[in-house]
Amino acid sequence: MKHGRVAFDGLIHDVVEQDGKVKLLDGRIVEETDVTWLSPLEPRTVFTLGLNYADHAKELSFSAPKEPLVFLKGPNTFIGHRGQTYRPSDATYMHYECELVVVIGKTARHVKKEDAYDYVSGYTIANDYVIRDYLENYYRPNLRAKNRDSCTPIGPWFVDKEDIKDPMNLTLRTTINGKVVQEGTTKDMVFSIPDLIEYLSGFMTLSPGDLILTGTPKGSVDTAVGDEVITEVEGIGQLVSTIVGESAFNQA
Amino acid sequence: MSNVIMKLRGVSQLQEARVNQENTVEINQRNLQVNELSFDVPVSGTVYGTLLNYQGAYKAFESQMHEKPYKAPPKKPVLYIKPKNTFASHGAAIPLPEGVSELQMGAALGLVIGKTAKQVKADEALEYMKGFTVVNDVSIPHESVHRPAVKEKARDGFCPMGPWVMEREAITDPDALNIRVFINDELKQENNTKHLIRSIGTLMADVTEFMTLYAGDVLLVGVPENAPLAKENDVVKIEMEGVGTLENTIKKENDVVGGDII
Repeated sequence: MKHGRVAFDGLIHDVVEQDGKVKLLDGRIVEETDVTWLSPLEPRTVFTLGLNYADHAKELSFSAPKEPLVFLKGPNTFIGHRGQTYRPSDATYMHYECELVVVIGKTARHVKKEDAYDYVSGYTIANDYVIRDYLENYYRPNLRAKNRDSCTPIGPWFVDKEDIKDPMNLTLRTTINGKVVQEGTTKDMVFSIPDLIEYLSGFMTLSPGDLILTGTPKGSVDTAVGDEVITEVEGIGQLVSTIVGESAFNQA
Repeated sequence: MSNVIMKLRGVSQLQEARVNQENTVEINQRNLQVNELSFDVPVSGTVYGTLLNYQGAYKAFESQMHEKPYKAPPKKPVLYIKPKNTFASHGAAIPLPEGVSELQMGAALGLVIGKTAKQVKADEALEYMKGFTVVNDVSIPHESVHRPAVKEKARDGFCPMGPWVMEREAITDPDALNIRVFINDELKQENNTKHLIRSIGTLMADVTEFMTLYAGDVLLVGVPENAPLAKENDVVKIEMEGVGTLENTIKKENDVVGGDII
């Protein structure tokens, strides 16, 4: 089943998907454009993978890492489906990153690869925007490039693990204003989902609600104010985000 | 007497108390010693750390800044996150991971945010703070700061905080607080927040320019140079002038259950 969280009629509702529409727990069915989408779960500790697709690493002139390149995100950066992501006026290169998100379902410590999926509750989609102008070589990728307010759209749906037969064989696709700009498959991850759960739980405790953003494949293109960016993961959904500039923000 | 907010073990709510200069605590009309109380972590938000924000720490690293992989000195604050699994209370054991012999003790002043802070001006930054706490930003010693040090900084129990949150009004000038670190009662490090590169106001302004801080979040102002190392069974005490004294003991990871040694 696909689960979401939306604001509707002055309340926050847990909802499920039904025939492409949004079903509230009280039985009402509404259009997905009639609700305000929130992150499908309240992010707890959020791990993000850098350079976890060999083709993307090559595109950025890096060789694929020997150990997972992990960084963390704070709650400030997340924004729901159909939200607006702010692009500062001095940015010259801001690109999307379509990513499969793994949601941890139970406390995990020293988990072996072969048991890793027992600790997963499901999946969602993130768009891990980066402003490359702001990258610096200290704890790179640094928070100013990667953890900006509104720069990590997430959702719309949290999909139960049982509904995804093989998460390591899903097509990822990004479109800008309807044109395909990024396409790849989770098959090409350098470190697979079980690898990542074994690695992280090997030195720290993972808890329910922790998220792992598993990285993005090749196909990084700059975005412009007004662009509608859709990041899509096969079987999980389509996450829509719109780039806005000074006129929508910083009016003061 | 200064007002503090603390979280005592066994109850879910925060509690107000008063602390005097001798570190006795007045709570429910009783006067108690700190060691008679059992503390829990007094904050619950996201903890952000700042690297290279002490003049001495910056200078010690400066010669490398033009070399690969850094290529240039940092322009903006270098930040990282201490995730929730690292949170630990005053008195909790700091787990020493297997195969590691020493841990670096990072004495950091924690700015405890009191209300949503977004694009804050440097001279108004204090208004956004509920108060201050003492933080031990524990790390496995590492040379390179090129990639995020999650494996070195995000281990369970690697961020003791407390014993309490000292209210903002109790601190006249947070940009001039003396910091002392003792290991087994021996003074190992002494510094002062007057040696920060970005003062508290500037740091708050530079961080909230792109990142909102929420009530309960904690921003660490940095760790001074020559952070001391501690090994198994060492008792580590971080004393921050006017804020409090945070004490923890290093214990082998396999001997620690929760925050306790079992």
